Amino acid sequence: MQYILLIYLLIAFGIFIVPGWFKKHVGVMLALVQAAFFVFFYSKISEVANGNSISTMLYWIPQLGLNLEFSLTGLSLAFALLITGIGALVFLYASAYMKGYEGTDKFYFYLFLFGGAMLGLVLSGNLIQLFIFWELTSFLSFLLISFFHKKEEPRKAAFQSLFVTAFGGLLLLSGIVLLGSVVGSYSVADWFVGSEMIKSSGLYLPGLILILAGAFTKSAQFPFHFWLPGAMQAPTPVSAYLHSATMVKAGVFLLALLSPVLGGTTEWTYIITLVGVITMFLGAYFSITQTDLKAILAYTTISALGILVLLIGIDTKLSIKAAMLFLFVHAFYKAALFMVAGLIDKKTGTKELAKLGGLYRFMPITFVISVLALLSMAGLPPMLGFLGKELIYEAKVQSPGIASLVLILGVGGNTLMVAVSMYFMFKVFLGKQGAYPKIPNEKGWFFLLGPAVLALLSLLFGLSPAALGNSIVQPALSTIRKEMIDVELKLWHGFNDVFLLSLLTVFLGMGIFIIALTKKQFLIKWRRINSQFFTIKFTDLFVQFLGGFLNFSARNTKRVQHGYHRFYILTVILFSSAFLWFQVYVTRNWVLDSHFTLTPFYISGLVAIIVCSTIYATISQSRISTIIGMGVTGYGISLIYLYYSAVDLAITQILVETLIVVMFVLVLQRLPRFAILSSRLTRVRDFIIALSFGSVMAILALKALHVEFNHPVSDLMVNNSFLYAHGKNVVNVILVDFRALDTLGEVTVLVIAAMGVFVLLKTKKA
Amino acid sequence: MEILLVILVGVLYTAGVYMVLRRSILKFIIGIIFMSNATNLLVFLASGIVAGKPAFVDETVQNASKIADPLPQALVLTAVVIGFGLVVFALALKLKFFETTGTDDLDQLKKTDN
Repeated sequence: MQYILLIYLLIAFGIFIVPGWFKKHVGVMLALVQAAFFVFFYSKISEVANGNSISTMLYWIPQLGLNLEFSLTGLSLAFALLITGIGALVFLYASAYMKGYEGTDKFYFYLFLFGGAMLGLVLSGNLIQLFIFWELTSFLSFLLISFFHKKEEPRKAAFQSLFVTAFGGLLLLSGIVLLGSVVGSYSVADWFVGSEMIKSSGLYLPGLILILAGAFTKSAQFPFHFWLPGAMQAPTPVSAYLHSATMVKAGVFLLALLSPVLGGTTEWTYIITLVGVITMFLGAYFSITQTDLKAILAYTTISALGILVLLIGIDTKLSIKAAMLFLFVHAFYKAALFMVAGLIDKKTGTKELAKLGGLYRFMPITFVISVLALLSMAGLPPMLGFLGKELIYEAKVQSPGIASLVLILGVGGNTLMVAVSMYFMFKVFLGKQGAYPKIPNEKGWFFLLGPAVLALLSLLFGLSPAALGNSIVQPALSTIRKEMIDVELKLWHGFNDVFLLSLLTVFLGMGIFIIALTKKQFLIKWRRINSQFFTIKFTDLFVQFLGGFLNFSARNTKRVQHGYHRFYILTVILFSSAFLWFQVYVTRNWVLDSHFTLTPFYISGLVAIIVCSTIYATISQSRISTIIGMGVTGYGISLIYLYYSAVDLAITQILVETLIVVMFVLVLQRLPRFAILSSRLTRVRDFIIALSFGSVMAILALKALHVEFNHPVSDLMVNNSFLYAHGKNVVNVILVDFRALDTLGEVTVLVIAAMGVFVLLKTKKA
Repeated sequence: MEILLVILVGVLYTAGVYMVLRRSILKFIIGIIFMSNATNLLVFLASGIVAGKPAFVDETVQNASKIADPLPQALVLTAVVIGFGLVVFALALKLKFFETTGTDDLDQLKKTDN
């Protein structure tokens, strides 16, 4: 399976080397690749049925428990089919949609890479690996949302979504690490085994909350839902693929994956159910007052994600079954609707609801597709959506604990869904002709193929649900629930409570729709009420929080990064001398155990001369005196080397010192005189700091006299110098033979410095 | 004798740090030279100094205990050469800086940043 991901990666990069004449076919080719993988995964269905899985493992960093594990289970297969299947359709659609835009190479690259990353996510058998793919999808989503990066809005929206999802990703990582420390492994299989251990550990609740936070941010759950409507700034194929069918479902996938490990506790049930149901209701509630096609779809997506999360939270056999079915229901109709919305936007030049209307005259095929998809969204028979909704109601009736709240909000949400579906259909396609900028047509069958296939699937699976149930839903279920669940999907469930609820939903929904359609003031008033009651805009809060945080860091950074070079050095020196003095203080019991003499007197005299010349160079106001003082110091030191048996060192020092003095004298004529730039107080302060550093270094030097250097190394070199290297001067032999590579590095440094000097001096003043 | 050399190291470091803290770039470079001299001397000193027994060997003399330790010498030699490269480059950079901005003041460097 790792090869699939590798192929994705290679093909993604291959997009850039496609020759110019073939470029217009890239989208179709990529769609074919996706379709091929779809077939591959489809052929694996029989192998993973009954809860089996296909796994491979590659050792990565086994010492840290990090391995690349890929496992194809029923659950990941269901997601993989969605990713590749809808991926293929989206790429077909994109090849028509992206025509005429700049940078389509980049677009396909991001989108295809995303497909690979998403597959990697659902195939991961190791949670750290899952996290890496998780963040990769967030990052690619960021790049895709900001595809029209010349406009400010997409950039802002992209940043916001990246911030929210990547932040959630980090929470997820900390949750994984926390609970991983309980089990001692990051492998999903080990977590399954250690499930009881995790649940009984004290880290369960914090770990659970962190992991849930990750899943909720990714799947746009309340209160993190606000990034998803913003993400609609992306080109429509991206919205259809990432922000309705695949990426936003990653959170749902994670919940489903971990539900056998972490689920079954009251915390799990309550937190997830509550968040899910609130999200579901709010999404539906806000969708009806939107005026932009894509915004309506975005909010209904939030609502659908809420349903999925809610169903996993309810955590009964039936609810999991409903979740898996609804996963497909939603992916089918929502991807289709997004593609339709993009098509309408393309062909009419607007996606404002107010400007649209009567489109059935110009776009009959689109109209039929949309009707099918919208019926599915409203949960009406004979579509797959109806089945999904029935199952959901059935599951909700069973919901433990907070059943009544879940049921009321659930019915409310679905009612609004019915209303918004009808409203969408009537406002866009029926009624009198709207005032769109362009008269639309339906040319380009690539535009229609994707939504048509998805809408037809919705219808077909609605009519014969067993096909979907047995082949895909069943294996997915057996992954989540170890015991067998009998998936019996049928269109007609008979007269029962659930059917009555459905009926109620439809009537209420139709009621709201008819009021909204006939009374123009209704929705406007509704909007006004919304803006009065929901004064807190999450996006604004986010922006405020971020602004505050940036200010905070800017202030603190300015304090440390003030831009004055000498104060940086001052800080470095102060801290190092503080630490050195501390070291001296800690070892204050140390006693000097050698006695010192001042013989031979000529070396004592030499040291005195060096000290004087150094002080002179420091305090002199004349540039030439300073340089002479510096030169005397250098030559003096070379004499010290010479006396203490370091002949080569002395020669080098003399050469270097001569060169430096010559260089200084050369540049001196082109430089200004010394000016007194610092005040007396500053100089005294600097002198005290320098003295403190100098004296602590002197003490250190004194102590260093007692350090035994590593003689074995030196002895080895001395003993072998003549024997093997045939050199009598051991220092030379070390430089050019034993440590020749170091010398090569040194020469390289010198050459680079020389080139730098040459360039600096040769380039003329700009 | 070592005590004097230790004092010399201290004086060189003091002078180096003081010069490095100056605003004039030329003085800054001279400060670096002092500090690199001081560091070289410190390493040399710490390896244990022996007068008049350079690390030469031939067929007869191969006894390590009788001659000065060659390894620190080789290290310091490398440091001296690298220090030279650094100083020369800094000097050239300083010259260019002065030609471009007409000032020797390090504090002015802050403004060319933006």
